Amino acid sequence: MAKYILKRILYLFLTLFIIATITFFMMKMLPGTPFSNENRMSAEQLKIVKAQYGLDQSVFVQYVRYIGGLLQGNLGTSFQFNNEPVTALIGQRIVPSMQIGAQAMVVGTIGGILLGAIAAIRKNTWVDTLATFISILGLSIPSFVLAVLLQFYLAYKWKIYPVALWDNFQSSVLPTLALSALPLGTVARFMRTEMVDVLSSDYIELAKSKGNSNWKVVTKHALRNSLIPVVTIIGPMAVSVMTGSMVVENIFSIPGIGEQFVKSITTNDYPTIMGLTIFYSFLLIIVYLIVDILYGLIDPRIRLGNGGKE
Amino acid sequence: MDKILEVKNLHVDFDTYNGVVHAIRGVDFHLNAGETLAIVGESGSGKSITVRSILQLLAKNGTISQGEVLYHGDDLLQRSDKEMDKLRGNKISMIFQDPMTSLDPTMTIGKQVAEPLLIHNNVSKKDALKRAEEVLRLVGIPNPKARMNDYPHQFSGGQRQRIVIAIAIVNYPEILIADEPTTALDVTVQAQIIDLLKELQQKIGTSIIFITHDLGVVAGIADRVAVMYAGRLVEYGSVNDVFYNPQHPYTWGLLDSMPTLDTSESDRLNSIPGTPPNLLNPPKGDAFAPRNAYAMAIDEEEQPPFFKVSKHHYAATWLLHPDAPKVTPPASILKRYEKFKTLGGNVENV
Repeated sequence: MAKYILKRILYLFLTLFIIATITFFMMKMLPGTPFSNENRMSAEQLKIVKAQYGLDQSVFVQYVRYIGGLLQGNLGTSFQFNNEPVTALIGQRIVPSMQIGAQAMVVGTIGGILLGAIAAIRKNTWVDTLATFISILGLSIPSFVLAVLLQFYLAYKWKIYPVALWDNFQSSVLPTLALSALPLGTVARFMRTEMVDVLSSDYIELAKSKGNSNWKVVTKHALRNSLIPVVTIIGPMAVSVMTGSMVVENIFSIPGIGEQFVKSITTNDYPTIMGLTIFYSFLLIIVYLIVDILYGLIDPRIRLGNGGKE
Repeated sequence: MDKILEVKNLHVDFDTYNGVVHAIRGVDFHLNAGETLAIVGESGSGKSITVRSILQLLAKNGTISQGEVLYHGDDLLQRSDKEMDKLRGNKISMIFQDPMTSLDPTMTIGKQVAEPLLIHNNVSKKDALKRAEEVLRLVGIPNPKARMNDYPHQFSGGQRQRIVIAIAIVNYPEILIADEPTTALDVTVQAQIIDLLKELQQKIGTSIIFITHDLGVVAGIADRVAVMYAGRLVEYGSVNDVFYNPQHPYTWGLLDSMPTLDTSESDRLNSIPGTPPNLLNPPKGDAFAPRNAYAMAIDEEEQPPFFKVSKHHYAATWLLHPDAPKVTPPASILKRYEKFKTLGGNVENV
């Protein structure tokens, strides 16, 4: 297991390097420069500024320099955000985004598993129909629409939560709910399909024939087996929830990272684009690694290094 | 002998998209203490549903519409699911057909075998696992101690069926229901499993209901045989009665389609022409009549009752009615009658 994880971490760095390379050259293909908007600068001044940032060099030289910095953990300095180092920029902004993303994933996944399981157990009854309805709503209502609705009722009308604030846990409830709809809907649908399958399988019948109560059959046998495919979708979903929260962050005035990412692209803020891309990639790869480890924990058939006989 | 289980006039319906399927249409049988009763019949004849009804393990769309299942005289059909849970895996347990899919893929086999012990007895986890290990040894899993923590996918098909059997017998049940336990296995493993069941029966004194469509297997294990067709029994009696003095044309057909030692490679195996009736609309008369070369007019009109052949041997065919014309069974069956005489039986009613 340790050997496997070590190998995966090695691959992680290789992957990051490839991603950094591709992103770097694609980014350079974008039209304009970081200073295109600075109308008051003369051509002379622009030249000086470019030279200062090393942008007068050939793309390849810039690339080598960037990678060199990267190897020392230096992501460069932002062109846009008060000349802040990119690491500091990400460091400050990442915490709220990650917190909301993680909370939404926990709520959405647990809620989705429960909803899907209940729907499967009560298959073809009104409970199932209701659960399916909820999960389809979760899948199809955009998170920003839900965010505004939650804001209007729970914050503005009933004053249970703050409208738009980043302060304590209270203020994170509404954005968490808004973001959890998608994972909830997705997980619930996967869970229901899988659990219906599992519940009609032979080993469930055998579990029942042992004298297990219906509750025990579900909790001891059906649930774990139904989770196997659900775990697979949790990985990519976690990344998309944690990174795709920009609009929701905006609605609730959360000082998150999403806004910076978009701004950095529209203004050709090279170091910030690179820094965030590498950071997101890192996150994605780590999440996939965790999912793979989880997968093995749940399903012994794909557990590593125990030399299955088949 | 003590009747520990008696099924009376069992009717089971299934609600399907096409309508109500009358899968079981009045089945009566009993099980004596310590014996093995085989229920044979082709696929879809209702064997599995009959035995699943005993434990009330039917699919959600199935209902037992009529009948009684008397366990020591006590009707199980009056019990709630919770009360049935106390019986399942404890006094009455079941072995399933497909060992490849019957075990929970994400649980160690030690835990799976220990589970019925923990459910029904007040034992510690440690003791239950210890007992599970003993039972795994009993069913012939080599080196059970080391293999307790293995998962089902690490075992072969035959070994998995042994594990399924271990689960079924871990509480020393009074009744063991084996639903085609050898069908999914290859022939040599089949024989091993049959021997194992016989051996276990001797050791723990359980009664067995053995479901199969393989008559060859029946001869090796059963004391009595019940032949089932289209949701009803058509003939039942001792193994010798059914094998060597069969009275129902369906039993003749079944026996005739079984290869014997005399069958040479160039012989074609006989089969019963036609297909079983659609139980969405069960026939009014004898369900076997359309496939029966010996059918009479009354077979189309009225279901035959059971006629007594000998003390424990009954068959539901109008051919046994005193007014029925004498028919000559196929040659292969006549040979069996000869054998029956040497076995000391009387071929009275032919």
